[in-house]
Amino acid sequence: MNNIISSYSLIRPGHVRVNEGIEYHDENFITFAEFIKPFFKRLDLGYPKFYKMDPLSKLGFIASELVFRHVKLDLYDKKRVGVVLANANSSLDTDLVHQESISNRSQYFPSPSVFVYTLPNIMIGEICIRHRLNGENAFLIAEKFESKQLFDYVNELFQNNRVDVCLTGWVDLVKDKFEALLMFVEPSGMEISKEKSGKVLPFSEETMDELYKIM
Amino acid sequence: MEELIEKLKREVIEQLNLEDISPEDIEADSPLFGEGLGLDSIDALELIVLLEKKYGLKIEDPKDGKKIFHSIRTMAEYITEHQKA
Amino acid sequence: MRPIYIAGDNIITSLGFTTSANMEALMAGRIGIHITSDPHLFPSSLPLSLVDSGILEEQFMAVLKHYQKKTDSSSFTRLEKFLIISIHDAIKELPYKFQDQKTLFVLSTTKGNIDLLEERNRALFPHRRIYLWELARIITDFYGFSNPPLIISNACVSGIIALMTAFRYLSSGMYDQAIVTGGDILSEFVIAGFQSFQSLSPTPCRPYDALRDGLSLGEGAGTMVLTSKMEKSSPIGIKITGAATSNDANHISGPSRTGEELGFAMLNAMKEANLSPADIGFVNAHGTATPFNDEMESKAIALAGLLDTPVNSFKGYWGHTLGAAGMIESVASVQSLRDQMLIRSAGFESLGVPEPIHVIANNEKREITSFLKSASGFGGCNAAIIFEKG
Repeated sequence: MNNIISSYSLIRPGHVRVNEGIEYHDENFITFAEFIKPFFKRLDLGYPKFYKMDPLSKLGFIASELVFRHVKLDLYDKKRVGVVLANANSSLDTDLVHQESISNRSQYFPSPSVFVYTLPNIMIGEICIRHRLNGENAFLIAEKFESKQLFDYVNELFQNNRVDVCLTGWVDLVKDKFEALLMFVEPSGMEISKEKSGKVLPFSEETMDELYKIM
Repeated sequence: MEELIEKLKREVIEQLNLEDISPEDIEADSPLFGEGLGLDSIDALELIVLLEKKYGLKIEDPKDGKKIFHSIRTMAEYITEHQKA
Repeated sequence: MRPIYIAGDNIITSLGFTTSANMEALMAGRIGIHITSDPHLFPSSLPLSLVDSGILEEQFMAVLKHYQKKTDSSSFTRLEKFLIISIHDAIKELPYKFQDQKTLFVLSTTKGNIDLLEERNRALFPHRRIYLWELARIITDFYGFSNPPLIISNACVSGIIALMTAFRYLSSGMYDQAIVTGGDILSEFVIAGFQSFQSLSPTPCRPYDALRDGLSLGEGAGTMVLTSKMEKSSPIGIKITGAATSNDANHISGPSRTGEELGFAMLNAMKEANLSPADIGFVNAHGTATPFNDEMESKAIALAGLLDTPVNSFKGYWGHTLGAAGMIESVASVQSLRDQMLIRSAGFESLGVPEPIHVIANNEKREITSFLKSASGFGGCNAAIIFEKG
């Protein structure tokens, strides 16, 4: 089975890339919050739920919006769209916030809207809610980006006919260190939604390693 | 009461991360849930935290929440009533 | 899909350190949830299912001795002790090695060594122990596994996803055997969080019951050793034959209103196993005893055509053990299947969910050939997996 990556997005501090084009570039250091809010506003998505998300989910959400911009998602059976994501830090960024809120017994006010984000798969939930995706989903952890880990998992989904298409990638964030590589994988020849903008990228470990290295 | 209502509007916006909303956008008597601000179940729990954190008021039964959090005004009334005790 | 067999297993909870100790407790109707007062865990007392720390230490020292390890017990965290003992108990009777290239180690956990974020624990271990990949590395190194560990952290469905992934990878021939372990510890972090959701019951939880009022938290670990070779499986050859996941796409903490997404995960799992609802001997569902979860599950069970199938939840015995739940509850369900015994859903008196699901009120011997295990979690995730006999 030949699968291809028909759309991808890459986000790192000061740099956002979508397929062949540079979406944003700024050499100056700014915090994640200073970057993501104006970037979100520029996208003009009309989705106020964004503001309730924790930083990790905001990152994954934006990265997925950029990928899906080039995908006619409504053409697919939503029950057969997979979402498989991975990172190294899990939800540590928000874990620290939650821990802080309970560290002083006399100021003990744990917040449900913080606690709910102390699981890395919530980011998958946010993406699914936005686009009503009901298919296979999973969150994996690895010390660093491992193309083999994602490839094996997603490939099995296709081989066992569990998905028609799949959003997959690496989304990681702790404080102001962040990176995201999200890819939309579909069978080749099925590019009913891709506006051909350049070479066809085969879904493989090598391609993913190449994309991850771009910056 | 009006002062408390204005203060509550600001606190609710902050506690619930209602980024693009300003106090002027919230009517004191408009329902907080359902239409209007479209708050959800997590927001309801956060309002319980807000009452405890800022006003020292513990809601024993979360089911009472529906009445108390109906609008900013009902919240203000609950606070005024219980803070006298 | 090629069926994958179970070769060994273990359960560690408040009720014991072996599968048999736990099953004995279940059969006797003993529950492991007790009102606990520990200011390190929570400001006031709460029903919790805690693993005995004294026995934990004893057991762990014995494991260190067995493997002739020079490292001190104090170099391992509580969760690491759970996981190491669990794996040891699952593999110790098995006559084969697990250090080869065709063996996969899969770890399921929601929060790992989260207790290390506490002020009082920070100096005890290197900072990197907080990372789930470092936790997995400690276990991998202890046992000398060859391959990088596969770590699943997907809320309360982590355990089932771990089993499902091992099933898929072994079925395809990528690996020949897998050690699948899941674990989570009780911590102030988790307890405070669930308390902020007002979802904790003041008494031991009562899944599906009309008077249910929230969940009870627990801790533990569970292990299954899986193999693609039937001859290596335990005497009765119980196997995994199907599995699936889905997402509600509705709300990040509240469950689906219709239960249809969990329903079709169940249907997809049955389809993969080539089974119809009538073939399923029992459903061991998630059953956390929160008003909304149990309600949603009843709808899912109805939609999946399983209204006539006996249903139970084990959370009344062990509480909700998070990343360990899928593993522990699957192992106990395998024992049920092996012993042809339907086990009472602890805490249940009268039905309190909208659909007329058939909750197991008393232990009952019955001829069963398969079961479906399901779970749901924060983030809208659902998972279902099928185990069969013979």
